[in-house]
Amino acid sequence: MSGARRLLAEFGLPRVIIALFLLGLFAAAPLVGVSLAASLSDTVVRFGMNGILVLALVPMIQSGCGLNFGLPLGVLAGLLGATLSIEIGLTGPGGFAAAAGISLGFAALFGLGYGVLLNRVKGGEMMIATYVGFASVMFMCMAWLVLPYRSPTMIWGFGGEGLRTTISVEGFWLRVLDDFLSVRIGEEFRFPTGLLLAFGAAAALVWGFFRLRVGTAMTAAGQNPVYARAAGVDVDRMRTLSVVLSTMLGALGILAFQQSFGFIQLYQGPFYMAFPAVAAILIGGASVSRASLVHVLVGTFLFQGILTMTPSVINSVVKADMSDVVRVIVSNGMILYALTRRPAEGR
Amino acid sequence: MNRLRRLLAENAVVLLFAALIAAAIPLSGAPPLYLLQEVLTRLGRNAVLVLSLLLPVMAGMGLNFGMVLGAMAGQIGLILVTDWAIVGLPGLTLAAMLATPVAVLLGWLCGAVLNRAKGREMVTGYILGFFVNGLYQLVVLYAMGSLIPMLNPELVLSRGYGVRNVINLTGVRQVLDRLVPARIGGIQLPVFTYALIAAMCLFVVWFRRTKLGQDMRAVGQDRAVADAAGIPVERTRILAIVLSTLLACYGQIVFLQNLGTLNTYNSHEQAGMFSIAALLIGGASVTRASIPNVLVGVVLFHLLFIVSPTAGKNLVGSAQLGEYFRQFVSYGVIAVALVLYAWRKQAGEQQARAALRGPGVGT
Repeated sequence: MSGARRLLAEFGLPRVIIALFLLGLFAAAPLVGVSLAASLSDTVVRFGMNGILVLALVPMIQSGCGLNFGLPLGVLAGLLGATLSIEIGLTGPGGFAAAAGISLGFAALFGLGYGVLLNRVKGGEMMIATYVGFASVMFMCMAWLVLPYRSPTMIWGFGGEGLRTTISVEGFWLRVLDDFLSVRIGEEFRFPTGLLLAFGAAAALVWGFFRLRVGTAMTAAGQNPVYARAAGVDVDRMRTLSVVLSTMLGALGILAFQQSFGFIQLYQGPFYMAFPAVAAILIGGASVSRASLVHVLVGTFLFQGILTMTPSVINSVVKADMSDVVRVIVSNGMILYALTRRPAEGR
Repeated sequence: MNRLRRLLAENAVVLLFAALIAAAIPLSGAPPLYLLQEVLTRLGRNAVLVLSLLLPVMAGMGLNFGMVLGAMAGQIGLILVTDWAIVGLPGLTLAAMLATPVAVLLGWLCGAVLNRAKGREMVTGYILGFFVNGLYQLVVLYAMGSLIPMLNPELVLSRGYGVRNVINLTGVRQVLDRLVPARIGGIQLPVFTYALIAAMCLFVVWFRRTKLGQDMRAVGQDRAVADAAGIPVERTRILAIVLSTLLACYGQIVFLQNLGTLNTYNSHEQAGMFSIAALLIGGASVTRASIPNVLVGVVLFHLLFIVSPTAGKNLVGSAQLGEYFRQFVSYGVIAVALVLYAWRKQAGEQQARAALRGPGVGT
């Protein structure tokens, strides 16, 4: 097998196609009058915004729970933290820290219950996770309507009921991570140092965790549960722990997303949050049963790159907004590819 | 006594929902005659779609989340006949004929994909639905009106290509329902649609007894045993999905002719979720689904659909809350059904392992 062929096999054909596609988009950008610097800047910001949400998938894949389609559960914990922090009236980094702290508490709680449930339904995790996620989003829709929030920035003015569908974080913690030590290069390129540092720190923590004894045990529980049990690993406990971790990372992930995006999206907002994250990690090379940080970094960059570039480039070429369709086909095609790989190829 | 208890346990879901609805009806204050009319109309509208889920369950492939593929095929047929202004029963028949090859092709694709994902058919079918939705949008939103000529400019978006978000199906509206008009005491009955549903039910009953139907059941029971008995497992599974997709395609056409409007980009998405929730509320599980499950499920699901917003409004002063509650129940019931199924399967596996270890240990 020649070198190029082996590289192709290792990297996976779909990934090569997507990488080439993205490269083509970047190359074509200046030709159709799209600023390369602005596009790159957007890609980097979105890479940072979505990174932790994608990272959140790693523990559950590693422990054998599959793709966490129940990520909305973590997102809901993040929404609770964000809204409660605003309700208390905290602003700036303190407000963001409080939001993170409260979120982590809720996420640990949700994750624990969710993890115990998933232990009883081994083999059916992904579909159940999807619907548990959907049902909890709808449950929280009811909660957003009836919870006694008072902060005038968050509730409807006259005659409305419950919280607004989107809440601006301006004046609270808009871009607290993005603007921390941020560097401006040239006219249009802004480097969101703080955001990337936060993502890097979270990634480093996950990396470190999987080098600890407990992290190795978690991987073992995922790769070969029977062997792991024989070696004295409590498989169910490892799985629960991975779900708790995943949910907590999901909560932090949505907070990092919101502070950059500028809005908290309630009600049906978290509904489909899991799908782009799942697509990203799979594009990066993860399989249903194995994922690494490289997969997270590469996948998030490729996927967010395509999401940033298709609206601007493709639309100016074919004069039609096809970005949404491209996103739907690429992301679901990727998930489909991962689900239909035979186990031998998946390893 | 024991038999009574077993009967209760087997129908726990149905009883639970019946009780919930019985409590919600007086709260909603809906007049009984209105409820009866609505339920009878919606039974005709939705039953074929839900029926389409039966065969894959029998073949051991779980709930066919890929049925939205069939719904999309049906919609393409309807868009075309509306564009060509072919009205009435001929229009509807032509729509079904045009949609048939598309549905068979998509069904075959779905079956082939699911054969590569044995053991996780449901999640794969679900994602496949999203994927094909992307292709559907590519065709309907970009190709129609540019590559595929459209005759009626009213169906096309103002930019010159792509189909509008909402299509009025005035030409084929309720042509099945009103083919044999019947009114009993102020209640309108879609007699012909009911006859069609009865025919579909008979088809399912008959099909189960054919060689292919028996093969499907054998594959559903145990793939390895079926394979050893010389049944072509993969082919049988594909056929189950093709038939299901085809029924879903006709089901969506029946559904939309009753409704009279087509939401070009949303109608099919809801078809899958609502039909599966209805089947499960009717007491079906991932491994067992029958015609009574379909009929009871459609009635209960739609009763809940009708009364929950008004009940929510009268109970807590918010119709929106009732609407969220209904959606919560739809998703929740699917989640609970999947959990129960996985739960039982896991318990069964543990029992089998314990039995293998021999007597004395854990038995």
